[in-house]
Amino acid sequence: MASESSQHEGHPEVGHVVPVRILFVTGMGLLALTLLTVWAASFDFGNLNIWIALAIAVVKGTLVVMFFMHLLYDRPFHGIVFVSSLAFVALFISFALTDTFEYAGDLDPGDAPKVVEKLNVLGE
Amino acid sequence: MTTTASTTHDHPDFLAHHWDTPKQQFEAGKLGMWLFLATEVLLFGGLFVGYAVWRGNHPELFKFGSQYLDTTMGAINTVVLILSSLTMAWAVTCAQRGNRKGLIIGLLLTLAGAGGFLGIKYFEYSHKFNEGWFPGAYFYDKPSDRSHTWDDNLPVPGAGQLVVPVPDTEARSIEELGLPADILVELSTVVPPGQGPSGLEELALTDTVHTDDHAEHEMHALQREDRPANAHMFFNIYFMMTGLHGLHVLGGVGVMIWLLIGAVKGRFNEKYFTPVDLGGLYWHIVDLIWIFLFPLFYLI
Repeated sequence: MASESSQHEGHPEVGHVVPVRILFVTGMGLLALTLLTVWAASFDFGNLNIWIALAIAVVKGTLVVMFFMHLLYDRPFHGIVFVSSLAFVALFISFALTDTFEYAGDLDPGDAPKVVEKLNVLGE
Repeated sequence: MTTTASTTHDHPDFLAHHWDTPKQQFEAGKLGMWLFLATEVLLFGGLFVGYAVWRGNHPELFKFGSQYLDTTMGAINTVVLILSSLTMAWAVTCAQRGNRKGLIIGLLLTLAGAGGFLGIKYFEYSHKFNEGWFPGAYFYDKPSDRSHTWDDNLPVPGAGQLVVPVPDTEARSIEELGLPADILVELSTVVPPGQGPSGLEELALTDTVHTDDHAEHEMHALQREDRPANAHMFFNIYFMMTGLHGLHVLGGVGVMIWLLIGAVKGRFNEKYFTPVDLGGLYWHIVDLIWIFLFPLFYLI
């Protein structure tokens, strides 16, 4: 490992070499955050639960993209391409949800008719 | 441009004839890969929209269904995938430094991680199939092989229920509705007039449901009285999203094997490692998607 790190560190002809030490620290950080999210899920923060879980997932995702996927050292344009796709997904989700919450109060209760048919067979 | 690749000065074997320089070839490949990753995000994005809408409308389904997922197995799979991402990133670094032995070991470890992930997923899926927790209407077929308690003497909650569409009405009882008297039913829910789409209000009529002291959490999902209506929808989206992700893992296995063959043959060196780099990017996006799937399904 020591002989490796002396070779053209970070400056190859193309791309960027990320040292093993940084990869290792990133990996350990990801494992720690996995433990954190499982631990946090054992408490009930009500409506905050999902936001805490998502916040931890976003931090983990950022670590993966920045260090494992080299985006921190990569061309900014690749970042623009990738973040644009994420931004569109966020847009689609938020727009879909505005409508979802509008109709929640008017849902008919009970199982769907086809489910009731199946359950009637099952109950016999 | 009339000279062939092999005779051009400074035109190495790995450089395709339509590129001028290795850098040009590398950058074009990398841009193409990032564009592909963006389409992957949008592909899963559609499913995340579906997830958000369903969970927004029916949070009770996700709370109920999530109890039937094994958090320990999900957490172990998260760790396995993160470790395999780490070994893949290490393999890329090895390839960039011309360390062929390190590259081969890194790819083998990554393959082991992918195999481990799929193995655990296999156990999870087969457990659910044994319990009869299939997606869609198959969820309500009589399960054949069960580890959760199933009592044949107990009625299935929701069975014997009639859903009768009624027009706008002020009726609050069976008699007032004028239904045949030989239907033995108990009035459970009446949608107040004026709510829901006009004329489509539904009246749910149920058999009297026995109450029992059975330990609810050990009961089969279909016999639990707290089973929310349409519980199958959770398993629909669970199988759809983890299934599509699993297919991506399977695709990753193919990529790893192909890279491994190239590495053993000595195709890659410090000047040419593009396939390893791009294969790595693909593997990391698969990890990234699982990082979101894990809390959204297992940690509710």
